[in-house]
Amino acid sequence: MKSTVVVFPGINRERDMARALTLISGQAPAMVWHADTVLPAGTDLVVVPGGFSYGDYLRCGAIAARAPIMDAVRSHAGRGGLVLGVCNGFQILCEAGLLPGLLMRNTALKFICRDVYLRVERSDTPFTRGYNAGQVIRVPVAHGEGNYIADQGTIARLEGEGRVLFRYTAPDGALDPSWNVNGAINAIAGVLNENGNVLGLMPHPENHVEAALGTTDGRGLFAGLADHFKQAA
Amino acid sequence: MARTTTKHSARARKARTAHKPKPRQSKPAKISPALIAAHGLTAEEYQRILALIGREPSITELGIFSAMWNEHCSYKSSKIHLRTLPTKAPWVIQGPGENAGVIDIGDGLAVVFKMESHNHPSYIEPYQGAATGVGGILRDVFTMGARPIACLNALSFGAPIHPQTRHLLAGVVAGIGGYGNSFGVPTVGGCVRFHTRYDGNCLVNAMAVGLARNNRIFYAAASGVDMPIVYLGSKTGRDGIHGATMASAEFGEATEEKRPTVQVGDPFAEKLLLEACLEIMAKECVIAIQDMGAAGLTCSAVEMGAKGGLGVTLDLDAVPCRESGMSAYEMMLSESQERMLMVLKPEKEHEAEAIFRKWGLDFAVVGKTTPTKRFIVRHRGKVMVDLPIKELGDEAPVYDRPHTEAPPKPVLTTADVAPPVATADALLRLIGAPDLCSRRWVWEQYDHVILGNTVQRPGGDAAVVRVDDGPKALALTTDVTPRYCEADPFEGGKQAVAEAWRNLTAVGARPLALTDNLNFGNPERPEIMGQLVGAIHGIADACEALEFPVVSGNVSLYNETNGRAILPTPTIGGVGLIDDFTKSATLAFKRESEAILLIGDTAGWLGQSLYLREICEREEGAPPPVDLAAERKNGDFVRALIAEGIASAVHDVSDGGLLPAIAEMAMASGIGAELDHPPMAAHAFWFGEDQGRYVLTVEAGVAETVIARARGADVPARQLGLTGGDALTLEGERPILVAKLRERFEGWLPAYMAGQTP
Repeated sequence: MKSTVVVFPGINRERDMARALTLISGQAPAMVWHADTVLPAGTDLVVVPGGFSYGDYLRCGAIAARAPIMDAVRSHAGRGGLVLGVCNGFQILCEAGLLPGLLMRNTALKFICRDVYLRVERSDTPFTRGYNAGQVIRVPVAHGEGNYIADQGTIARLEGEGRVLFRYTAPDGALDPSWNVNGAINAIAGVLNENGNVLGLMPHPENHVEAALGTTDGRGLFAGLADHFKQAA
Repeated sequence: MARTTTKHSARARKARTAHKPKPRQSKPAKISPALIAAHGLTAEEYQRILALIGREPSITELGIFSAMWNEHCSYKSSKIHLRTLPTKAPWVIQGPGENAGVIDIGDGLAVVFKMESHNHPSYIEPYQGAATGVGGILRDVFTMGARPIACLNALSFGAPIHPQTRHLLAGVVAGIGGYGNSFGVPTVGGCVRFHTRYDGNCLVNAMAVGLARNNRIFYAAASGVDMPIVYLGSKTGRDGIHGATMASAEFGEATEEKRPTVQVGDPFAEKLLLEACLEIMAKECVIAIQDMGAAGLTCSAVEMGAKGGLGVTLDLDAVPCRESGMSAYEMMLSESQERMLMVLKPEKEHEAEAIFRKWGLDFAVVGKTTPTKRFIVRHRGKVMVDLPIKELGDEAPVYDRPHTEAPPKPVLTTADVAPPVATADALLRLIGAPDLCSRRWVWEQYDHVILGNTVQRPGGDAAVVRVDDGPKALALTTDVTPRYCEADPFEGGKQAVAEAWRNLTAVGARPLALTDNLNFGNPERPEIMGQLVGAIHGIADACEALEFPVVSGNVSLYNETNGRAILPTPTIGGVGLIDDFTKSATLAFKRESEAILLIGDTAGWLGQSLYLREICEREEGAPPPVDLAAERKNGDFVRALIAEGIASAVHDVSDGGLLPAIAEMAMASGIGAELDHPPMAAHAFWFGEDQGRYVLTVEAGVAETVIARARGADVPARQLGLTGGDALTLEGERPILVAKLRERFEGWLPAYMAGQTP
């Protein structure tokens, strides 16, 4: 799997992401700078990692969505290439028009860093094939604005088309408002675009990939992607 | 001579030419006694300036003296005492005096760390005050060539009922998180306390820890004549002028008017500055580097020259400014954040500039080194400052201020303290008290997992952060018990060091070195000076006995409002090394039916205990003494048990005493405990705060062997009971459900911050 991590000024989880990708796929990702205009040839997966792009002083992700490299990311997605956006990356993909909806401030109006439980809704996508449908995983969140929202019609479509891939739940997988860490509508933690090749996800699976540091629940995402490209090859 | 490459300054220069402004009539300012006083200088200090330069200083020069000679920058009241601190060990690469301390951890790696206060600004403007405190300490660490890998803090607030407390706590925590989270460093640990003596002065002590190659450390001392001095980072504005002078004065009624002296942080700019600095350091462009912290351009330029035995000439026309029309005085004293000064290798100037351009940061050659040992500042064609550079730093006044020792407090005996409530009730109240309850509300606002190396998150004895891919890891902690320091500064100083050492030991680390942040009141009062001197002596004794040297630090004095001082608060930030992070110990009980052991001697010391304060509503007596020899023996014994995999859970015994420690181990795991009858009065045994103690668990079958081994090592050890069940069960008391404990433990802070409790 040839992956490319897009780095904007102020992004700060690019090393975490690169480490997870390297550890699990066995191949270090290419790092591209926001001012670049092309992705490395043969890129399978584009990852937009977390952080505070351009300080997030404007709406989160709004400036990054207009950076020079984003045209190349849009073309990659347009060709059906896989794109993963995590945390700030999710916000950027929404702002770039690659994903529907947007991310508002957490209902508690505070930044929250804690482990959350996610229910994996489907396992028949390249992003979730490393998990079983209905499986509950534990991964950390670290964000101030992860409260997903879209208009009613969009939410109905997302739900109807099975494009909600991850939801905040209780440890047993039950929906429970007290476990919905940021108040996202329908407890949505991760959504797919219409063509199923762009995923945005608020929590950080890249921080839970080593047994020695806690859990390895985040591995499934990267292992699934690596498998996907191995089979395609 | 100097030239700039920033668009902004080029534009500014053009504008000036276009307008053809008349040459500024810099009338010789009249240096009045009021002006001298407004600069925080005494009449004697002003006489010293006159003697030093042989003429009346210009107003800019007066500002520079004020900036260099204030308490915050000159350490004039503490210097002679700080010299007594042990600062050496074979693993110490750099002790106090640089931007941060540096220790060797093997494998060619060094740890760079320091703690610094941002108390005064945080009280005036909590969010920005705390945020820029974090920014400043991070800069201190990456200035030396280290990539920051962790932040910690130590926070003190007024009584919960004080009307400012909620506002300050909320703002400070949001500010620390806002800066660290965006910068991208995990905030992994710290401490928070409440006491009415902090009502008018909260304390915000921020610590940063970074990792560098041990042969790639960068220092402030300039070398070589005619080397370009380069300004890097954000532009200079009018913010923070006289911040350091403000931080060297007491607060009165008009404190809020000082808000303009607080700077505004930009973590995004700092993140760019970090990456750009590390990149040009890797390219071997840098001769010397100094961040612009307190007293900004003044302090950094003077330090670079003075430390290198060189003169410095600055051309302020080249300084990138955010606002037009800034005077030399304003530019020299601005504390705008996220700025650096560097001496570059001339042949690398273009390479360095390209790197800074890539990161979108300002880069301007603003001066050069000279052989004259003079500090010369030019602005608009005029020499505004011409001072002897060495004397500016070295000739700062040093005071041996009078200090008096407070009479020792009487030692309370168990008989002096009648237990007003049953043990179970006392435990539930203590565990839910402001000073003991869970700090989850605080640390969940800090990203503590970023960088993917956090082995032990906040909530344990010490945070554990893996070094790169391991197996080594650092243990990190901040500690102090101000109520002990108030009752006996010497014992309190010892205890702060011992507790940090103990917390590092409790996770299995070998304590290596510490940074100290000494927060006290007005040193011109002999009793306050006595506290400072006593605490430093205590710290020195403990450092010596525990081979735990001081490698960096900061002193914050004048923490007083309307004549009432804070509790003396010498915060200790400790760093320890774990050879294999997979073997670090945590405090959670691991299995049912394990033996619970107590290491260390228990006399049942209730003086200055939280039990006495929270349950008996008395704050009195002498604090528990620290037997440093026992401390070391007990700790070395526990560390060995952890390394050998014998101890399954370990927790140090501190605030609240033994039973709260056991309760924390139960709450962390959900496993209860059955505890044997205490060998003395229950309240003294369970809640006394005797020092040098640990609770640990071992397989029941080896408990006897471990106790025998302890006896052989002259370490007191006894079994307290067994783990198991879902409650703490004490003989003769009703069982206390772990779930109930958790409810109390987790309940207070969120409820308080939501305004649901007083």
